[in-house]
Amino acid sequence: MTASLQLSPTVVAVIVGMSVATYVTKAGGLWVLNRVTVSDRVEAGLDVLPGAIIVSILGPELLDAGPVEWGASAVVLVVMVRTENVLLALLSGLAVVLSLRAVV
Amino acid sequence: MSDSTQQESGDGAEPAVEFSLSGVRNGFTEGTPIALGVAGYGVVFGVLARQAGLSVAEAALMSATVLAGAAQVITIELWDTPVPVLAVIGTTFIVNLRYALMGAALRPWFSQLSPAKAYGSVFFTADENWALTMGKLRSGSRQGAYLLGSGLAMWVFWVLSTVVGAVAGSVVSDPATYGLDFVLTAVFVAISVGLWDGKSDLGPWVTAFAVAALGAELLPGRWHILLGGLAGCLVEVVRFDS
Repeated sequence: MTASLQLSPTVVAVIVGMSVATYVTKAGGLWVLNRVTVSDRVEAGLDVLPGAIIVSILGPELLDAGPVEWGASAVVLVVMVRTENVLLALLSGLAVVLSLRAVV
Repeated sequence: MSDSTQQESGDGAEPAVEFSLSGVRNGFTEGTPIALGVAGYGVVFGVLARQAGLSVAEAALMSATVLAGAAQVITIELWDTPVPVLAVIGTTFIVNLRYALMGAALRPWFSQLSPAKAYGSVFFTADENWALTMGKLRSGSRQGAYLLGSGLAMWVFWVLSTVVGAVAGSVVSDPATYGLDFVLTAVFVAISVGLWDGKSDLGPWVTAFAVAALGAELLPGRWHILLGGLAGCLVEVVRFDS
């Protein structure tokens, strides 16, 4: 293994390239939409985008998972709806996953 | 310049968005629980990066400057000696294309900020704090600095947890033992509760789910996120009646 504090010039260059590529995507959407006028219809579409993207991340993840993760996700959902406390919801879900995995 | 007229029309339509220290603080405080959840994922990234041959310093540098969890994990899978430069940078770009859509969704608020504030803030966009910010802004908050504040919380915990994971790299062999693999799923479940806007979201969400599930089966990488997001968006655009 390499030394902890080593910074190889090649690796640093690749990381800089990755960060530029990432920033272009992060700034790009805002930049383009600041230059074109958007209709109400498109505005409504952009409005549902956050939820649609989160569902697109989550959906396949859950389909790939099993009963333990489904149960724990349901617990996160219920705790979140009831309490609106993110940390409590996350910790409850984690507790369910760990205890179910210990049993199953 | 055309964007100055854009900004004026934006100002006329909605009350002014502010950009203040209290907005940063508020974003940081409310973003911290989410960032702690994401830190579990950061540990996993650190472990993987170390196992792929990156030093602790290189892994930390990547987390600090790229700040994009999914892209980092996927490129670490591609990592090799010598590094496949084009594949790594190209994959990073493609995996992160969804951020362009996210940036677009910030426009109603961010077009009212100065370019320096708007384009400085978007560096700190990550899936989780962006979703948190959108929920906040859409429920009527005028805190333009919320993305920056919550993003700073993400950044701090993402970099720290990367270091922890990289240092622990050879000790932790299977993150599933500690439930770390579930943390990110839990974060997204919690966030989706905040984003649910009522029954009108059902059509777009079900469509996004179906398209993303199909995409994940058929396509490599993270294309399904972009496709699912666009499909949900399209459903809303088609059925919209003003």
